[in-house]
Amino acid sequence: MHTKTIAEIARDLAAGEYSSVEITTDLLNRVKQLDGDINSFITVTGEQALAQAKAADERRAAGQAETWTGIPMAHKDIFCTDGVVTSCGSKMLSNFAAPYDATVVEKFNQAGAVSLGKLNMDEFAMGSSNESSFYGPVANPWNKDHVPGGSSGGSAAAVAAGFVPGATATDTGGSIRQPAAFCGVTGIKPTYGRVSRWGMIAYASSLDQGGCITRNAEDAAMMMNIMAGYDAKDSTCVEQPVPDYTSTLNDSLEGMTIGLPKEYFSSDLSADMQQAVRDAISEYEKLGASIKEVSLPNARLAIPAYYIIAPAECSANLSRMDGVRFGYRCDDPQDINDLYKRSRGEGFGGEVKRRIMIGAYALSAGFYDAYYKKAQQVRRLIKNDFSAALKEVDILAAPVSPTPAFKRGEKTSDPVEMYLEDIFTISLNLAGMPGMSIPCGQVNNLPVGLQLIGDYFAEDRLLNAAHKFQQATDWHLKTPAGI
Amino acid sequence: MALDQQQVRDIAELARLQLDDNQIAEYQKNLSSILDLVDQLSAVDTSSVEPMAHPLDAVQRLRADAVTEENQRDHFQQCAPQTENGYYLVPRVVE
Repeated sequence: MHTKTIAEIARDLAAGEYSSVEITTDLLNRVKQLDGDINSFITVTGEQALAQAKAADERRAAGQAETWTGIPMAHKDIFCTDGVVTSCGSKMLSNFAAPYDATVVEKFNQAGAVSLGKLNMDEFAMGSSNESSFYGPVANPWNKDHVPGGSSGGSAAAVAAGFVPGATATDTGGSIRQPAAFCGVTGIKPTYGRVSRWGMIAYASSLDQGGCITRNAEDAAMMMNIMAGYDAKDSTCVEQPVPDYTSTLNDSLEGMTIGLPKEYFSSDLSADMQQAVRDAISEYEKLGASIKEVSLPNARLAIPAYYIIAPAECSANLSRMDGVRFGYRCDDPQDINDLYKRSRGEGFGGEVKRRIMIGAYALSAGFYDAYYKKAQQVRRLIKNDFSAALKEVDILAAPVSPTPAFKRGEKTSDPVEMYLEDIFTISLNLAGMPGMSIPCGQVNNLPVGLQLIGDYFAEDRLLNAAHKFQQATDWHLKTPAGI
Repeated sequence: MALDQQQVRDIAELARLQLDDNQIAEYQKNLSSILDLVDQLSAVDTSSVEPMAHPLDAVQRLRADAVTEENQRDHFQQCAPQTENGYYLVPRVVE
C-alpha cells in the first residue's frame, strides 16, 4: 500500500479496495516503525489524521466524495497548521502552535486530504542538506549515511521512504528540486506567485514559492490542482486562471523544442552525472522533441546575487522573531535589548545567524547600492537570459545538482561550499520561472535528477513533458532497498 | 572582503544577535568568505540595468480601505511568552 501513487489511491478509495482509515493507519504504522532511522517527521498528528480519514470515509459513504477525499499526505513544517506546532525546523519556533492554517493547508483540508503531520526541513529553509534542522538531520532513504538534500529534505525523504505519496514543500533556491533529485522522487517549483505564500513562514519573500514532492508527474499535477491559485491574503499571489493540470499530461511532445543551457554542462558536472542527463535528453528525442543548445551567459552570477538578496530579505523577515509575541524567549532577560539578543542568539542556529548578519551588513547605511541594488540589477540580467532562451525553445533541460546526494557532514564546515550545491537551481528563483526535477538515472546507486524549466505559468507544459518521460522510462518507479 | 572582529560584533549588535566570544573568529572567517563570494558582482557592468524587485514586475495590489479582520487578540496571544491584561510583557523599558 505504501508505494501507491496519489492517483492510484484515489482510484482504490473510489473502488472501495480499502478505506482512508485503513491506508492512513498503515502509513502511520510505517512512520512509527521506520522513521526513527530517517527522521523525516518533526510532528506526527496521528489522532487528527485518523479523525480526518474517518470523516473522509463517511463523506464517501454518503456519496459526497471528491478526487482528494481521504488521500494521505503531509506538510513541510514551514506551513502554519492551526493548533499544531509549526517549528520551521528551528528552536525559535519549537513551542509555536500556529493560531491559523496556511492557505495551502486550508486548501488540502477543504479538499478532504488527510495530513499525517509536519515534515523536517533545514532551519527556516536555509540549507541544501537538511543538516541545519534543530530536530536533527534527515537520512536519505537510498543510503542513510547520505543527506536527502534540502531544505525540503523531510518532504523528499518521506515520499521516498513510502510514508506519504505526496508532500508540500517550498523552494527559495532549489529546496524542492534538489531534495527531489537526491531522493529519486518528483518535485515541482511553480512560477513565483502561482501558489499562495500566506501562512508559509517567510525566508526570502521575493524568491519563496510553495510546491510539492510526489512519486510522479501525474501526482504533482493532482497536488497543483489543489495548491495553485489566487489568494487575496498574499499580495504577491498572481490572479491567473488555474488550468486542470491533469488534462494536458498526455499531450504529444512531437514538435517540442528543448533547450540545453551550455553553461550547465560545464566542468562543474562530473562525467557520470553528465551522462545520466544526456541519456534522458536522448529519450526526449525519441519522444519527438528536438534539441537545441542555448546560452545563459550570466548563469555564474546567480549564486553571488542570491547570497545578497536572500540574506537581505531574511534579515528583515526574521526580525519578527524577537521573543515578544511568539516563539522562544530566553530565561531571565535583564532588559529589552538583552531579551532580543539572547532570545535570537539562543533560538537561531548558526546558518540562520550567518545569513541574518550578511543581510544586515548588506542593507546597512552606505552599502545599499553596492550590494542590494547591484544584486537586483544582476537579477534582471539573469531573468533576461532565461526569457531570451525561452523565445528560442519551449522548455529547458538541465542537471539539478553537480553530484548525487553527498555524505552527511561532508560540506558542513564550509558554508560557501554548501552554497555552490545550488548552482543549477538558484537562478530559476531569481528569474521566478517554474522548474521540475524528475528521476532520470543513478550514479553510485544514488538517484540523479533531470531539471525541466519553463516560461512563466508553463507548469502544464513541464508536467506534460515530465509525465511523457515517465511513461517511457521507469526511473521514477525505483525505490530504495527495503522500501 | 575581509571583516575584522569588531565589524562582526557591530553587525551582530545591528541584527540583535548575542554571539559568544569564542564564536566570533568563526563568524569572522565564514562571513568574510561569503562576502568574497558576493563580491564577484562588483565586476559586472549594470549601469543601464533597472533593478528587479519582482519576477513579474508586478506592482503592489491595493484593496478597499474596509475592515475585513475581526479582533482575535486573545487567540493570538495564546502563543506569546508572557502577557497581562491583553498586553505583551517585556522587561521595563522606561524607568
